Amino acid sequence: MSPAVAVLRKDLRLELRTLETVPAMALFSVTAFVIFHFALNRASVDGQLAGGLLTVTLLFAAMLGINRLFVAEREQGGFDAFLLAPVDRNALLLAKAAALFVFLTTLELIAVPAFALLLLKPSIWPPLLGLIAILALANVAFAVVGTLVSALAIHTRARDLIAPIIGLPLLVPVLIGAARGAGPLLQAHASGTPAGKWLAILALYDVVFALLAYAVFDFLLEE
Amino acid sequence: MQPPTYARGLRGLSIATIATITLAFGLTFFYAPLDADQGFIQKIFYLHVPLAIVSLCGFVLGGVFAIAHLRTDDRRYDMRSYVAIHMALIFSVGALITGSIWAKASWGHWWVWNEPTLVSFLIVVLMFATYQPLRFSIEDHERQARYASVFAIVAGAFVPLNFIAVRLAQGLVHPRVLTLTGGHLPGSMRLTFLVSLAGVALLYATLWKYELTAKDARMQLRSLRRTVLSDAAVTPLGRSAAPS
Repeated sequence: MSPAVAVLRKDLRLELRTLETVPAMALFSVTAFVIFHFALNRASVDGQLAGGLLTVTLLFAAMLGINRLFVAEREQGGFDAFLLAPVDRNALLLAKAAALFVFLTTLELIAVPAFALLLLKPSIWPPLLGLIAILALANVAFAVVGTLVSALAIHTRARDLIAPIIGLPLLVPVLIGAARGAGPLLQAHASGTPAGKWLAILALYDVVFALLAYAVFDFLLEE
Repeated sequence: MQPPTYARGLRGLSIATIATITLAFGLTFFYAPLDADQGFIQKIFYLHVPLAIVSLCGFVLGGVFAIAHLRTDDRRYDMRSYVAIHMALIFSVGALITGSIWAKASWGHWWVWNEPTLVSFLIVVLMFATYQPLRFSIEDHERQARYASVFAIVAGAFVPLNFIAVRLAQGLVHPRVLTLTGGHLPGSMRLTFLVSLAGVALLYATLWKYELTAKDARMQLRSLRRTVLSDAAVTPLGRSAAPS
């Protein structure tokens, strides 16, 4: 078993047993929908408002997961153990990003139906495939950038503050791509296929930051 | 290892900066023609655009020094990267303020959201504004330098990507004066613009060198006091995000 798979299995098993991160993220999302309902004073939303509302909620929920990502490693000496093991350090990046991706996908399995039920005016079924494509690409970006930011923030004094203030501006292009891509899909009688340029922006962002994270992650682990 | 003498050439550079900036202002006010459309307010262009370009280049420069720092593990590159980003941040605030004034005068609003260059610039400034808090909250100097470099590289690469994304998201309102062909600027305006750009770039380089020289001199003074007098003679540094 490769080290990345081992760390990923560890993270998923830990999450299954403690149920710490994903339920909190899901609860946060549903609460956010309720908050948006009252703040906007609308029974249902559609179009760009719906796209923005969904992606912003997912982005903030992702920040919760990003904040928690390395907490177990820091508190229980996992970093030292990993550094002692004779494995490639980027295995940790890969495993953590994959874990975050799984968390986010699980979150969306709960949050998107909840959103469709509580707030969305048009039916969720016609745009579903396009929405899945956009959210999958956005999840990759959240996962990669989130892992990087989380590793950057975990050793700082104000880590709960540092992760969002660095992560949010860094994820603005992802939000632009996801929200603007999802907006037209969530209109009544939409075509159901997302515009290619938003998918291209998300994919470009994914590739650039995956390469960048691969290049610099090493330096965040040295002791 | 001989400590770097950042002060070398500083006087010549300062004189060149003053001369170029004086020339740029002279050209701006007495040589460049009034804009037929916008009138006198358009002259802020000769300050605003160079400030914005130089600060963006400064951010990327900070990323380049950060790469050099991570590759060589030489702390002087961390200092250079820090000062480059610090100065670029100050210049970018200047660019935001002059841009706001120009927007108010020519579009009637202090802030225009459907203007991609303005918005992406703001996002970049928000991004780099977290550089100092990040440094500030890491106590271990070696780790602080390393993490700050990682941040500078990631944020430096983020600059062009962010500009692409925001530009796609909005229509084009900004005057496109920065095309490679020089846009549609008449020759006299272009000359003035290029001299202003050179002046602001020289100003950036001069201030960068001055800050490095000052920080370097302070560090040497502290280590001298420590060896000649005693540890007690060195007042503890105040809280600072700067490398030391």
